[in-house]
Order: sequence, then structure tokens, then C-alpha cells
Amino acid sequence: MLAYMSKRVVFLVPILIGVSFLVFLMIHLVPGDPAVMMLGERGTPEMLEQLRVDLGLNDSILTQYYRFLKKLIHFDLGRSVISNVPVNKEIGDRFPATLELTIFGMFLAVIIGIPAGILAATKQNSLFDNASMVVALFGVSMPVFWLGLMLIWLFSVKLGWLPPSARLTVGVDLLSITNIHILDSLLTGNLRALFDTFGHLILPAVALGSIPMAIIARMTRSSMLEVMRQDYIRTAYAKGLNSRIVIYKHGFRNALIPVITVVGLQFGSLLGGAVLTETIFSWPGIGKLSYDAIMARDFPVVQGSVLVIALIFVLINLIVDLTYSIIDPRISYS
Amino acid sequence: MTKRIIALTMLLVVVVAGLVFAEPNNGGTLVYGRGGDSVGLDPILVTDGESYKVTQQVFDTLVEYKPGTTAVVPSLASSWSVSDDGLIWTFRLRKGVKFHDGTAFNAAAVKFNFDRWRLVDHPYHQANKFIYYGYMFNGTPGVIKDVVAIDDYTVQFVLTQKFATFLSNLAMVPFAISSPDAIQKWGDDYFTHPVGTGPFKFVEWVKSDRITLERNDDYWDGKPYLEKIVFRSIPDNGARFMELQAGTVDIIDGISPNDVEILEKTKGLKLSPRPAMNVAYFAMNQRFEPFKDPKVRQAINYAIDKQTIIDAFFAGLAVSAKNPMPPSMWGYNDSIPGYEYDPAKAKKLLAEAGYPEGFKMELWAMPVPRPYMPQPKLIAQAIQQFLAEVGIEAEIVSYDWATYLSKVREGEADSYLLGWQGDNGDPDNFLYTLLDKTNSNGFAYQSEELHEVLIEAQKVFDQDVRTELYQKAQEIIFEDAPWVNLAHYTAPIGLKDKIEGFIPSPTGTEKLNKVWFK
Repeated sequence: MLAYMSKRVVFLVPILIGVSFLVFLMIHLVPGDPAVMMLGERGTPEMLEQLRVDLGLNDSILTQYYRFLKKLIHFDLGRSVISNVPVNKEIGDRFPATLELTIFGMFLAVIIGIPAGILAATKQNSLFDNASMVVALFGVSMPVFWLGLMLIWLFSVKLGWLPPSARLTVGVDLLSITNIHILDSLLTGNLRALFDTFGHLILPAVALGSIPMAIIARMTRSSMLEVMRQDYIRTAYAKGLNSRIVIYKHGFRNALIPVITVVGLQFGSLLGGAVLTETIFSWPGIGKLSYDAIMARDFPVVQGSVLVIALIFVLINLIVDLTYSIIDPRISYS
Repeated sequence: MTKRIIALTMLLVVVVAGLVFAEPNNGGTLVYGRGGDSVGLDPILVTDGESYKVTQQVFDTLVEYKPGTTAVVPSLASSWSVSDDGLIWTFRLRKGVKFHDGTAFNAAAVKFNFDRWRLVDHPYHQANKFIYYGYMFNGTPGVIKDVVAIDDYTVQFVLTQKFATFLSNLAMVPFAISSPDAIQKWGDDYFTHPVGTGPFKFVEWVKSDRITLERNDDYWDGKPYLEKIVFRSIPDNGARFMELQAGTVDIIDGISPNDVEILEKTKGLKLSPRPAMNVAYFAMNQRFEPFKDPKVRQAINYAIDKQTIIDAFFAGLAVSAKNPMPPSMWGYNDSIPGYEYDPAKAKKLLAEAGYPEGFKMELWAMPVPRPYMPQPKLIAQAIQQFLAEVGIEAEIVSYDWATYLSKVREGEADSYLLGWQGDNGDPDNFLYTLLDKTNSNGFAYQSEELHEVLIEAQKVFDQDVRTELYQKAQEIIFEDAPWVNLAHYTAPIGLKDKIEGFIPSPTGTEKLNKVWFK
């Protein structure tokens, strides 16, 4: 197991270098550069040229990439060309916000999606099955920005139950330690901030969790249906076991592998790609950061955030692979 | 009778109370919702409006624009004079003003700031980063040859040439005076620790979320009414508008024209249009064969119904444009007839130019709303329709914003939408900046006659003479019709109706020290 893990971690290096090179190439091939974005309508050709020289944009791509790698060895991602803030700090500031939202959103998706999937499978073709699968279809197809705006309109504007956006209400102070607000408010014993944080998390988490919830429910259902048709399930029933034990111990556990895979993949993609949710709910996270950086051609920030997202994605896959062996003893990595 | 007296007394009490309560209230936190975060808070380093909205509160300039106009009035400088040859400007500075860090504002501080911007060997100069300095003062060191501190409260600027826009330029937010101590203390990180003399002090910046300011009790222009201002970044237009409806923010900008009607009908909210200092235009690139003929360009001017576009896509909140500069600015030539919507005339002109059947072309549209044009893609579609009516087949092309700007500037578009938000309220900043032969590569308009007039106008101080020159320039532009002047957008700002004292500025940012809650 340890040997397997270390092998996987070593493989990380070439993967990340490959990812960074591809991103570097792609963003430099697209027309438009930070100098254009910084000067906007005001750029004269001379000013643009001067700024490009200053930002090192006139060097060849390989020279620029070499400069990037040289810094990367010291874990230095450089500075944003737009704001001049170190990229490490930009990412460090934003990542906890994304992590908090993703965990909360995935939590909702899992605790609703899995039971719904199991129930739908055990009562196949029942009213509940059909209804929940229709809802799930909506969940997958609904544009997140639309859902988000509707949630804000209903729960904030019309009913006034929940705050529309941001992470904390103006006037609620919270000492930032980890920048994960729930953790910080617990650490400092700040109950007001804790409740306020929860209130702010609900709407974006629902919006963010809707698609994974639907996918998880559908995956759980189909995986359960397949397992429940196996011979050993029939045997278990024949032994006279009650159906709850059959479903959860014999059925669900064996149906879990594909579900875990989906949960892991969804988790990874939410961490990097929650651009729409973060935009609608003014959530200062990494998805919005990388999106803005791409639009502004802020090369160092794009590089840095993509690298971090890739790293997390690979790590989550590793964790998923390792959980397989815990759930299913037949899978072993030694 | 007694009843009447009682009634009158009560009425009097109510009126008096009303008068008393109409006095501005002190205190309260104003939450300002805007579309993006500030890039940085050192005003000379940035070019984006979101940064200026904040630095306008933290800093002062030597002179400033009178609220709601672009007339220059005293600020940190209480008076000034200029030598007869126009080369030496002397400013008397306000006494007793302190920076937020407690250090004194004086002539040495002014000199430090200007030397930092203009001298490339100054220890706190950042090469090529002070974009607006080079832009407004013709490079580094540009037209400012020297800055001399005569005594503590007198500072002199020695210029290399007569420079008509000098005073208007000094009023611009990027040229705000920072505390020299703070710049030395923070070095390259000063942009996150701004220290000025302005009505509000910087407190905290949570990136991409909020910037908090608190009142400067010692402000030289009287204690500001608001206790705090929080600038929140709310990127989505719809979400920002709903925050205003929900009451979690007090004032927002960047309202989608589609929401204007709802806002006007919502109780407790009001609309305040920002005076226009901008122009939205549709440029015709003279590299593209048909546009070489002025008749074709005039035909297109006649073919587009501006008022319909304004009603549909600017929510009616724009002035139909006949000149490249807005009517509120001095030097505006109101005798220009403009091109009225007249498709028959357009067709006739096209036929005269040898295109009776029209032609095919590309019409480029911006991918993003800009301060001068809220819905460029829809506007492009409308123009496409209008052109189709006179036989011109336009294909809409769009790229992301960075690509769009690059390509348009290189002259790759046959025709394109773009616009301009003015900087200093001087006609030069519209006519020369946009249409002089040195600045018009995107649409390849080269008028020697216009160039001479515009250069002449840069060298005189007399506003009457300059007005005459700029009016002539507008005549030349009208005849040549290098582009279609579409509209001057008076962008809507939405606010709670209990907010008083907010005067939107044509420059795009305003000081909030006189704002208060009813």
C-alpha cells in the first residue's frame, strides 16, 4: 500500500509539469495579452510595447516557461501581472472559501443523492422512483446560474429568509485564522459568525450541489439495480435475512465503488470549476479567480491556479483509489 | 378657534421638526455593491474604475471636479496662478491638512509624489507602471520639467510647453497625493496600504469580497456624515440588483437596462442616472474598400436609427449622439445637424457610391458590456437589421475582450463597436484621443486638416479660442463621417431612497463625504 502510494505521488511530478506546459502553451497561443487588458481602450501602440517589454511578454514562450519553472522549484508562483499580488497569496486567500463551499455542497449532494438512489432502486418503477429520477434529470440539466438567481430571488428577495450572497454579513466580524469560516468561528467561539456563515452557505451549496446530487442519485440507483440482480443477493434473501440487511450490507456496499468514483470526480471538478456559483453568489473562491485571470490574461495566476487545481484533482483520485480497497477487500494495491 | 390654533401649532411643530430632521444625520454604514474588486489602491498604479471608486474616498488631488460636473475647483490647493507664457504654474496649498498616518501634507509631499511618477530614477518609481501619468502628461517625465517646493505651502510646476489640459489633468483621481512616509514604509506593497488625506481612511481589504473604509474625523472639508463605507464585489448584474431589493446593499451601479423598469417601480428605491462623459460609436475601417468612400460612411450614418437602439438597449437612458463628445462638455458644437434616420437617403448615397445592391461586411461586437454601452451584442444585432434594410449584409463577429481589443486596434475589423469613457472633461480627451490621425489606427481615418486643428487647440489656454477650434474639428468629423456616433450613456445607479447627498459624477467616481441616511 505504501509503495503504491509513493509511486502515485512520484507520478504527480510529470503530470503536473505536463499540465503546466499545456496550459502555458494554450494561454500564450490565444491572442490578447495582459498589456492589452491593463490598458483597455487607452492603450497606444507605444504604451503597449513598453508594457510588454516590462512584463517580459516579448520573450519566447520557452524562455518564459523556463522562468516559470525556475521559480516553481522554490514553490514561488510569481506575482499577478494585473494586481502585483503574489500568486501564492491569491490562491491561499481563495482556496479555503472554495473548499468550504465544496464540502458543504457535496455533503448535501451525498446525504440526499445516495438515499434517494437506493430508495429509487429498491422500489424500481414506483412513483418515488420515477419522481426522483425526473427531479434528478432537472438537477443535471438546470443551468446553475439560473437556479442560483431563482434561489436568491425566492429566499432572499421575496421571503427574506437567507442572505443573498457573500460569506458574511457586513458588520459581522470574524478573525481569520484558516479562512474556513466555520472552522474559524468554532476556534474563536464566535457563535454569531458561525450562524451567519451557515446562513450564507445554504443557497450557494444548494446551487452547487444540485448537479452532483442528481448524478450521484442516478449512479447509486443504476449501480444498486445491477447489484440487486446478482445471485448472492438472491441467496441472502433465500437465507431468510431481512431486506434491510440485504440492501445495506450485501447490496449497497457492493454498489458503492462506482458511486465513490463519481463522488470523487464531482468533488474534484467542483473545487476547480465552480465559476458560475461563485460568480452568482459573490463567493471569493478559486473558480472565480482562475476565470477572471483567464479573461484578464493574467498568466501567472492562470498557471498557478490550474496547477493547484490539477494537484488537488490528482490527489482526490488517489484517495478514491485507496478507498476502493477499504470498501472492497478484493481490491488490493500491494 | 382653539382647535384651529392647536392644529396650526401642530403643523408648525411638524414643519420645524421636518427642518431639524432634514439636517444630515451622522453615522451609518453605506454598503456599495459593484461588479468587481479593485485592482489596487495606489491610484497611480491602476486604470480601472473599481479601484478609483475607493481611492477617490481615501485620497485628495490638488484640484478636483465640482460634484456632478467637470469644472475644476480647489481641493488640496486652495488657489493657483499661471505665468504669462503658460510655463509656470504656482499652487498655494491648504494649511493644516494631515495624512491618515498623521504626517503633514505640504509642498514637499506634493513634490515627492510628482517626482515619483515622472522620474524613472526616483527610488519609488515603478517603470512603465504609472500608466496614466505617461498618458496624460506625454510620457516620463513628459511636460513637467520640474516641481519646486518654494516654501511649505507653495509649490511650483515648470512645464516644457504650453499645455492646455494641465489643470484638468491634475483633478483626475490617479494623480492623488499619497503620504510619502507610507510609500517609503510599504514600498511595492503600498497598493494594499493606501494612506491619503481623503474623507475616509482605509481599514481592510478582503480580496474579491469587500473593502472597508472608516470616517476621517479630521477631514479638512468637514467631518463626513457616514461612519463607514463597505465596497462589496458582486459580479453578477442580476444578483447585485437583487441584493439591492433585499436591502443588503444600499447603492449599486452596473444595472442591467432590463432591470431599470423594475427598479423605478420598487418602493424604497430610486434611480440616479450618471451624467454622460462618454460616447458609444460604430467605427468603419477605411482599409475595407467600400468605406474608403465618405458617401458610404455617410449612408451608414443615415441607415441607423439611434433612438430606437437607445430605447431598446439603453433603457432610454442615453442621449442620441451627433458628435463624438457629449453635449454636457464645453466646446460641444450644437449647430451640427447630425445624421437623422433616413434609409431612403442612405440607399441613394450607396447607389451614388457605386453600391446600389449594397455589399457584405463583418460587424464586430464587444463580448462584454462597457461603461458606455450596456448590451453590445444586442446593439450589433439591431445595427445588422438596419443595415440589411439598405442592402448591406453584415455578419456579426465577436471575440473575448482581450482578443477583441487587440484585433480591433490592429485594424482587423471591417467595422466595429467601441466607445470611450472620458478622463478629464476636456474636449481634447475625446477628439484628439479618439480621432486624431495618430490615434485612429483601428479605423484608419487620416485627416491632416483635423490633425492641425487639434494640435493647435492643445497649445492655447483661452477657452473661447479652444472652443472655436473644437467646434471646427467637429464640423470636419461630421463631414468625413469616420464612424457613427451612437449614444452618450447616462448609466443608471440604483440606491435606497433614504440616501441623500449622492451626486453622480460624469467622471465615473464621486466622493461620498456628503452622503447621509435620512
